[in-house]
Amino acid sequence: MSGYHVVVCGSVVPDPLHPLEPVTGPNGPELKNEMILPAVFDPWAAHALYEAAHLVQSVPGSRLWLVSIGPRAKLQQVMMTIGQKVVLQLVALDGPAGGFVDAAATAEALADAIAAIDGLDRARLVLCGGWASASRGAGAVLQMVGEHLGIVDQFQGVDELAVQPDGALRVVERADGGLNQVSLCAGPPVLLGWATGNRPEPPNNPQIGMQNMRGVMPALQKARPAQLGMDGLRYCCAQAPRRRRETRIVKDMPVDEIAREIVAWIRG
Amino acid sequence: MENVLFLACIEPDGSLGKTARETLAIARQAAAELGAEFCAGLIGEHCEPGSRTAAAAGCAALYLVEGSAFGISRYATDSAAAEAIARAARPTLVFAPAVSRVSRFIAGLAQRLNGRVDTQITGLAVHDGQLVVDRWFYRQRIEATLTRTTRPWLLTVAPGTMPAFDGDAAPTRVERIAVDLPESLQRTRVEGVQAPPGAGQTVRPDAELLFVAGAGWTKPQRDGQSHVEQAAQLILGFLDRTQASLGGSKSLVDVGGEGQPVLPFLTHLNQVGQTGATPRHPKGLATCCHGEEPHVVGWRFINERRAINLDPNCGWARGKADVLYVADAFAVMRKVNELLGG
Repeated sequence: MSGYHVVVCGSVVPDPLHPLEPVTGPNGPELKNEMILPAVFDPWAAHALYEAAHLVQSVPGSRLWLVSIGPRAKLQQVMMTIGQKVVLQLVALDGPAGGFVDAAATAEALADAIAAIDGLDRARLVLCGGWASASRGAGAVLQMVGEHLGIVDQFQGVDELAVQPDGALRVVERADGGLNQVSLCAGPPVLLGWATGNRPEPPNNPQIGMQNMRGVMPALQKARPAQLGMDGLRYCCAQAPRRRRETRIVKDMPVDEIAREIVAWIRG
Repeated sequence: MENVLFLACIEPDGSLGKTARETLAIARQAAAELGAEFCAGLIGEHCEPGSRTAAAAGCAALYLVEGSAFGISRYATDSAAAEAIARAARPTLVFAPAVSRVSRFIAGLAQRLNGRVDTQITGLAVHDGQLVVDRWFYRQRIEATLTRTTRPWLLTVAPGTMPAFDGDAAPTRVERIAVDLPESLQRTRVEGVQAPPGAGQTVRPDAELLFVAGAGWTKPQRDGQSHVEQAAQLILGFLDRTQASLGGSKSLVDVGGEGQPVLPFLTHLNQVGQTGATPRHPKGLATCCHGEEPHVVGWRFINERRAINLDPNCGWARGKADVLYVADAFAVMRKVNELLGG
């Protein structure tokens, strides 16, 4: 048997162009009109998915699963787009995907779902996801899933992955100050928390869409509920920043004068 | 009673980095306000003089994991070292700097300790003997204050949250912890740290000024032609004169993948916004960038903001910048560079 068993974790987040307003719900803060906000697939998780699909295409015998927790209706909406881009098998859990949900509870549910995947060879596992979500933005869930699954070779902020002739994985991660750290890992099992990667978003392919939908719709229908507890977590308040700047709009000012003003501001 | 552990990885020269010293100051403050025990755990090849700085902050005990295997950022070894320190110190609260090395393992550590983690905290307070912390959600679009009853509670502190602690004193009680490293924890070999090819060192976290270039720099200008080389000269000339940090909008960083002319020194590492960085600089100057929300969320911690754009109705005009100059950025930046001199 050869090839990787690639599992990508990722979920839905509100469309970044849409204003967000927190309100108090029964379990703490949530977003106003959360269920009707337009949703997109989490951007960094999307990069992980595209990179994972590239890896699967490059190495014969590889397989790709997408494991996702989210409200079923939202997942279905987003899968209509994502499902046209890469060939995947969906494992869906019907539960909250908001940023105020506890990372540990989410990780436990994801790890249980991954461990239960039929035919998954953990010795060949390449566990991927975004290095942080666009909701909680903690960079915590994927590490915890990795710990649940016993993966001790973990990388975060990954921008590049290359399979070496001997099977080792060359991983380029982001480090502080705009630098990259380069590592060689002996091989799977490995965890890759992707940053942006290097691959553009694949175009929609109706054939891929048709192929995926045969599996995606049943997966959504049998998505089991995921109850994610708050386990000692209590929010005191949540608010959108109120500050709006009084913008001075400078029109018709000569270029020289603008430049002088900017230089004075920089030096001031 | 709470037991506070300051946990950090040492810099290659043995010192504590700026964000680590900021976190040390926060941990010290929290321990004082909570009336808690206060200790430190350090990981690195050699922990001097970092251990002296931690001692000066009043740590009652210092737990050190030292050795060449711990001089690099590697999940398997860093998490093993941090776990050993935590098992020795038995903290209820752990404060660690939100730098890339620590961020790679802190959540995994929380899982091993059956604790909970909150990352990138930007403030903290003690109310009625209870610790509450602030952090941002939805990529800096909502700020929340929260607390937890689960222990241990691990927290990473965002850069710039507090002035850095500085001091030097002989450590009082030092416990050196030996960590067993089987082959299974050394399957990864770190080859090194490098600047992205062709990018140079344009990301400067400590710079006074953030200079953001938007996609307009590569678009056709009034003559119908794009002038990417000229744009590159102007931008690099400005960075050279000011030592500003360079940021880019997603649309500019992405144009390379769309087959359009690119600024070769801009990479995803420069990207600011929803899927990029949220840098901290006192001032920011945006050029040829529309100031739409997915980009501007990355400006949350930029205090003074100015923008140059030809569109008077761009996002910056809608309360997101202090000043919007409606002008041609090519012309303005050429003059700015002249005034700044060589």
